[in-house]
Amino acid sequence: MDLSFSKEEEAFRREVRAFLEDNLKGDFEKLKGRGGPGDEHSFVEERIEWGKVMGRAGWNCIGWPKEHGGRGVSLNEEVIFNEEYVRAGGPGRIGHIGETLLGPTLIHFGTEEQKKRFLPPIVSGEELWCQGYSEPNAGSDLANIQTKARLVGDEWVIEGQKIWTSLAHWSDWCFVLCRTDPDSERHRGISYLLVPMDQPGIEIVPIEQMTGDSEFAEVFFDGAKTHKDNVVGGVNEGWKVAMGTLAFERGASTLGQQAQFERELNLVISAAKENGRARDPQIRQRLADAYIGLRILRYNALRILSVQEGADLGREGSISKLAWSNWHRDFGKLAMDVLGLEANIAEGAPYELNLLQKAYLFSRSDTIYAGTNEIQRNIIAERALGMPKV
Amino acid sequence: MHFRFNEEQLELGRAARRFLEVESTTDKLRAAFGSDELYDAELYRRIAEELGWLALLIPEEYDGLGLTAVDLMPILEEMGRSLYRGPFFSTVCLGVNALLLGGSAAQKEEILPLVAAGEETLTLAYSEPHGRHEIDAIETHFEERGDEFVLHGVKRYVLDGVSADRVIVAARSKGSVGEEGIRLFVVPGDAEGLTRKRLPTLDISRNEAELIFEGVRVGRDAVVGADLDGAALLESILDRARAALAVEQVGGAERCLDMAVAYSLERKQFGRPIGSFQAIKHKAADMLWKVESARSIAYAANVAAASDDGLLLRELASSAKAYASDAYFFCASENIQIHGGVGFTWEYDPHFYFKRAKASEELLGHADFHRERVARAMGL
Repeated sequence: MDLSFSKEEEAFRREVRAFLEDNLKGDFEKLKGRGGPGDEHSFVEERIEWGKVMGRAGWNCIGWPKEHGGRGVSLNEEVIFNEEYVRAGGPGRIGHIGETLLGPTLIHFGTEEQKKRFLPPIVSGEELWCQGYSEPNAGSDLANIQTKARLVGDEWVIEGQKIWTSLAHWSDWCFVLCRTDPDSERHRGISYLLVPMDQPGIEIVPIEQMTGDSEFAEVFFDGAKTHKDNVVGGVNEGWKVAMGTLAFERGASTLGQQAQFERELNLVISAAKENGRARDPQIRQRLADAYIGLRILRYNALRILSVQEGADLGREGSISKLAWSNWHRDFGKLAMDVLGLEANIAEGAPYELNLLQKAYLFSRSDTIYAGTNEIQRNIIAERALGMPKV
Repeated sequence: MHFRFNEEQLELGRAARRFLEVESTTDKLRAAFGSDELYDAELYRRIAEELGWLALLIPEEYDGLGLTAVDLMPILEEMGRSLYRGPFFSTVCLGVNALLLGGSAAQKEEILPLVAAGEETLTLAYSEPHGRHEIDAIETHFEERGDEFVLHGVKRYVLDGVSADRVIVAARSKGSVGEEGIRLFVVPGDAEGLTRKRLPTLDISRNEAELIFEGVRVGRDAVVGADLDGAALLESILDRARAALAVEQVGGAERCLDMAVAYSLERKQFGRPIGSFQAIKHKAADMLWKVESARSIAYAANVAAASDDGLLLRELASSAKAYASDAYFFCASENIQIHGGVGFTWEYDPHFYFKRAKASEELLGHADFHRERVARAMGL
């Protein structure tokens, strides 16, 4: 067991640091600490530009194999990259859906043509992706998908509705789970389609959130089209692909998210020192608890990342979502308690909230999206602990 | 960076599980209850001679294996899991660590081979009747008289304090205050002027004692860490022990989870195993979340201990002890609840864990104490 890094890895760290120092400045200075969940709609144009700068220098998709345009870096180097990215205040990665979800899915399940067509623009930061999974009646019960696609000539024609799609406005493509066998039920008869967003058959309607922002949208498909070859993993085999996408998540990307949490925690610590609540024994306990909790998220991730490729992630692999979402939700309340009366005062009218107010509100979605905590607990109990379904 | 056990460490854990599952059972705990026997000396001898666990942390030059705090973790986890009752923790995590960090060459040469062979046990006596864990709260004092030191004071909650062959005691120079004047001495358990009294305990899986020092005389050669700052030395010993205890707590907490899940599959109500109800599943999932989180921070603390990173250890040992204490208590409580009525009986095992969880939580500093320590490390 060793939590330190080798000489070569430290050299890689210096390389990352130098790139960020040389590039994350000037017009990009204002992006520091911005973006990411809860702030995803901020500085989108500029973050797209930043994504391209990263891409040109080869810093997108660094964990992908070289043959697919990545650097093929080790998990340790991914950890280092994330550490340095956070340290430098790197903004929320606008291309993360393509990099962490769609890309690995195509690398695993895609055809050669699909890889050739779709992977390079993810690496270069030229094309953004969004995810079309949830529907109004398929949330926790994802298999209850109603959006349908039928093959007409050379094209899939799609009818239906997706919801909670983040960055839909800005995305070039969406991976959409559709029912392609009209007589099918549940997990069978679903296909994983790649659909261009810029077309008449797609309408995007922003969802106004409790934060007053709209980083999620509803996406309506009314005769939307995509070429028949844009199906991943075979027709009616989409469930397997969708589940595969989830399995690629090994936690390297959660390190980036922890970076955001760390920034938020540092804001709260500063606020507590400034307004004197850092002297309150109860607040001290809670701040320390939050600090310990964040450390734990990191060590949880490092344990999972240390599992050999292909090996079982173990019991610890199942708790990640429950752990971080609970941490952030509790943190949101703590942040407000530290701010005290000031917690209720916005930065500006009519509803310009500060980052901590956003965290307080946004963290309420953390325990809901990507599988509610209740669903997570069922999964943990059934898969990791072997408790019976019925 | 590699944050997993290697194959040797995994095998050590499996071997410890196999051995302790048979030898350190709750049936034996029940059977020993109420007797004068402090621990199973024969079992301790086998742990030393057959398994070599006592030698693990001890350098090879003192007949040890020269391994680290990380290598010790698989054993501690299993001892927590099986509620092992012997003086292993006190001897190794308190006593050996004290000598490794502060002992003179002569002390190490004399004592460590005996410990490695299982012929002598050790403990550390630092806490006092007031129960405070801050170093400046130490009241037991010493006076220097020529080549001798004379010790006065009362130590309480001393792990295995009655059976220990040698006691490393923390005292302050008479008249000193705060963290100044703290020194450690290694004192024979049967020293003249030392009275040792076994304390009846809520948690029957660990022995605690009160030690009264009334003019106990020791020579200069009894000083541990003569050239070191005594308060800092004591803190680093305690931090290593806290990191170790956190691992033990993880083992106990995980046993509670496993016990609860097994019972939930066996116990039927409304015609189905209670483990099929979401109310029970969600409790179990929360237990796993806390067990694995505690494991992550406890392991990290011991990596810091093994790499002698004192500053990081201080923060991580407190983080680990705070989190693992809460996690163990949580799991022990939920285990009783999931067991329902039988969870309240002496016959079933959950109560042993519920009690050990509480005792461990207080031992070496409660979670609140450690969170305050973390707050300071954070610059608050």
